[in-house]
Amino acid sequence: MSAFSAIGEETEVESDDYTPKLEPQATWCPGCGDFSVLKALKQALAELGKNPDEVQLVTGIGCSGKLSSYFESYGFHSIHGRALPVGRASKLINPELELIAAGGDGDGYGIGGNHFMHTARENHDMTYIVFNNEVFGLTKGQPSPTSPKGQKSKSMTPHGNAKAPIRPMSMALSAGATYVARTAAVNPRQAKEILVEAIEHDGFAHVDFLTQCPTWNKDAKQYVPYVDIQDSDDHDEFELDDMRGAWEAMRETEEALYEGEVLTGRYYQDERRPSYQEEKMERGDMPETPIAEDYFDESHDWKRSYDIIDKHK
Amino acid sequence: MNENEIVWRIAGGSGDGIDSTGSNFTKALMRSGLNVTTHRHYPSRIRGGHTYFEVRASADDIRSRADEYNVLLALGDSFARSPDEESVYGNEEVKPLTENLDDLAEGGVIIYDTGVIDTEDIPEFDDRVEENGWNVYPLDLREIAKEQGREVMRNTAGVGATAAAIGFELEAIEDVMSDSMGGDILESNVEILHHTRDKVLDEYDVDHGIGVPEGEHDEEQVLVGGSHGIAYGALDEGCRFISGYPMTPWTDVFAIMSKMLPDFGGVAEQVEDEIAAASMAIGASHTGAKAMSGSSGGGFALMSEPLGMAEGTETPVVLIEAMRGAPSTGLPTKTEQSDLEHVLYTSQGDAMRVVLAPGDPKEAYEQTRTAFRIAYGYNIPAIILYDKKLSGGLTNLPESFFDREADPSMEATLTEEEVQELKPDGAQDFPRFSYGAEKGVPPRPIPGQKDGRFKTSGNEHDQYGYIDEDPDNRVRQMDRRLSRFDHIRDELNDENHQAVYGDDDAEYGLLSFGSNKGVIEEAVDELSEDGWSVSGMNVSDMVPFDAEGVRGFIESVDRVFVVENNATAQFRHHVQRELAGYGDVMTSILKYDGDPFRPAEVVDAVESAEDDDVETSYNVKIQHKISRKGRGTETVKRLESVQGRGDPQ
Ligand SMILES: Cc1ncc(C[n+]2csc(CCOP(=O)(O)OP(=O)(O)O)c2C)c(N)n1
Ligand code: SF4
Ligand SMILES: [Mg+2]
Repeated sequence: MSAFSAIGEETEVESDDYTPKLEPQATWCPGCGDFSVLKALKQALAELGKNPDEVQLVTGIGCSGKLSSYFESYGFHSIHGRALPVGRASKLINPELELIAAGGDGDGYGIGGNHFMHTARENHDMTYIVFNNEVFGLTKGQPSPTSPKGQKSKSMTPHGNAKAPIRPMSMALSAGATYVARTAAVNPRQAKEILVEAIEHDGFAHVDFLTQCPTWNKDAKQYVPYVDIQDSDDHDEFELDDMRGAWEAMRETEEALYEGEVLTGRYYQDERRPSYQEEKMERGDMPETPIAEDYFDESHDWKRSYDIIDKHK
Repeated sequence: MNENEIVWRIAGGSGDGIDSTGSNFTKALMRSGLNVTTHRHYPSRIRGGHTYFEVRASADDIRSRADEYNVLLALGDSFARSPDEESVYGNEEVKPLTENLDDLAEGGVIIYDTGVIDTEDIPEFDDRVEENGWNVYPLDLREIAKEQGREVMRNTAGVGATAAAIGFELEAIEDVMSDSMGGDILESNVEILHHTRDKVLDEYDVDHGIGVPEGEHDEEQVLVGGSHGIAYGALDEGCRFISGYPMTPWTDVFAIMSKMLPDFGGVAEQVEDEIAAASMAIGASHTGAKAMSGSSGGGFALMSEPLGMAEGTETPVVLIEAMRGAPSTGLPTKTEQSDLEHVLYTSQGDAMRVVLAPGDPKEAYEQTRTAFRIAYGYNIPAIILYDKKLSGGLTNLPESFFDREADPSMEATLTEEEVQELKPDGAQDFPRFSYGAEKGVPPRPIPGQKDGRFKTSGNEHDQYGYIDEDPDNRVRQMDRRLSRFDHIRDELNDENHQAVYGDDDAEYGLLSFGSNKGVIEEAVDELSEDGWSVSGMNVSDMVPFDAEGVRGFIESVDRVFVVENNATAQFRHHVQRELAGYGDVMTSILKYDGDPFRPAEVVDAVESAEDDDVETSYNVKIQHKISRKGRGTETVKRLESVQGRGDPQ
């Protein structure tokens, strides 16, 4: 018997069940794109019938990091840039948890960039939502790794940003992510669908979520009009497991954003590559039953150092 | 030099197999019934560079490395760089001989490989041999090995020659060799062993009075170092997760755990950096596993922010910090105790961590278990602070020492039934951080438990874990978290980690911490033999500090010498801060040349501080000085007032 009965339990949930009574209203600015992530996530998990007690949400620091405060589940608001290592370890101790990590573009592509690369590379089975508003929101408008070249900000870059933006989806793909998509706050139906797919995917699912920041991006990028590349005739069709096609579509999408064209959709999905935990189990590097269960299992046989002491004689 | 002991040093270049030959020989000595301690000296270099392994073996109880040694096996550095005219490093080939002459006792034994070392290249070698009455056995070990098997087996030839020179039976050595090899390889090695032993006995009249002592153990012994103590303590306390990034000397524990954990039903992760390592251990612990991570100075610096996250979110975790020479990358393979303040104070805010500094492999095992028990009993990070010396120094312990029950329990963690019982009616979230919790420790649910969901955050939070900046909540949460330390102190008092040694009513006290335990004890013995009334205390509980115990010790004597392996007297300042005083009775004995203390150095510093009328509150700085010309050892004492620290009192 599992010591964690919320896991895998048949649950009838509605999206409102993920609203905390203690903090029902988020404190984001009016018009902030972050509201859409919260809403889409609630809808996606309701559709999947996930019990709030089987969901572990780990966030970084930023306006985006507050997500865990406004979402009813187990929630860990960690430190700037470190949601991924905190979250992926959870999955190694209890692979049956539904693990969602989230944070900002500064959090994930800047200070936590190394973890982004390695978590994707290792293909940990989790969903990673990056609130990409192309700016540091919480610290008041400094340029972020996705800010466009030339962007001016009052406080930091009076002459315009000299740095070219990074390419988050291409990065995820080269590093080894097995699901990569981009959606936008203004496209709630697509956002929910993409989150459902990302959560269901066994492996590292990266969702670059365009979230407008009307407070610090005054040019008020609302990410409209958007185009779903899967529904558009203007974009070449490609198979989702075709890395070359994905790469070309990502390049186009990443560049188009800075020319005012908002492309979104699914870019890559590889269901063949085993997730990291499967890889480890296969090698005998990780037990089949969750380690978290052992501590509550009175019949568990705890091996001792004495069992291996002979080699020191 | 104690006549009842043999102190054997095998010297060569990195990559010459010095370590494995040394530890095998140590095992053989242990199996013959002797007590052993070892010391390892090596450069931060993979091939070449002078390196040695020293074992001290005695029928008596020994606790430290010896003051000098009496048998040298100098293999020569087979990876030496060519000594061209411009080079500053001179002839590296002979260094395993020249660099080791200064510590060799009068009347000692030298066995060296004439296949690699030419003593013609060593200035005044013959004069020094004569002056010191050394007994020299030049042997072409390389050639012997080549003839009998393969050149790399020259270490075995050297061990055979050692056995001849000190009258050690070959069975114990063969026995150990057969543990790690078999077939033809074993056969050739055994042949070489016998051949060289016989050759020495045939060609030389071995008559120098240095012989291996006889001893007997009451029960079977095992050979372990501090790293084994830490790793095995962690495993027996139910630790099933480790994450890390390699860095000397912490790598030893990381490697032992990484090798063991899969068979113990756990997971080990080598990750992209130490920030990830510490964050993962915290994530693993949050999800219900006993977890650890660790590093050495530089890597631990990267763990600073995650450590604060563990403090703020009240997530239990055990971190270990293996000190080496610093600052920066410092002396990567040498020992030092200079990260005490780093570990006590790193990370923003009022520190809320437990810090223990074990003194020997036995304490490393016990205190690692304690660290896990406290961490998971109080939902707090606990740190084991140790160093290169303790990490790699081997010693024998009775096998039965490890015959303990495993204890995977986590006192401050709830089962699902408990969660459901404790959850207030109508509450949506679990009050994970409730103000009124017993001992200041609200127990935690684990994700996946039904009805257990809670929030946690490095930001200040309310009783349910929601971010909350209300001043009243802030003060209540801070006070509750801090209140745990009194209870932790009570619990540590039951274990008494402060090791006291010597007379109750002594006049002088030696006070130290961590890996100096054995040195202090042997220094107390040596000083007592010289007629001193002295006792020692080696402190392990850095936080929460055993103020009562340490104050009692200081007040029981007239004058205290505080012994530590760093340049700025960090431990002494910690004691003064915790006790608010006593600077006027303390004198520091400091050493920071990369080498651990030898008992005689402490004795010498104490005696000269008294002879020279050194005022208290001064430092005595020690350097074990070997001149580049290879003549004479000197203990340099520099006396200076405590600098840059204001009034030491
Ligand atoms: C180590 C560290 N450095 C800096 C900060 C200050 N800080 C908080 S959030 C943030 C940037 C937020 O930008 P982003 O990650 O894009 O999140 P957003 O607010 O835009 O959602 C910074 C620099 C911090 N909390 N920790
Ligand atoms: S500052 Fe920008 S990102 Fe932050 S809450 Fe306001 S609108 Fe949203
Ligand atoms: Mg941002």
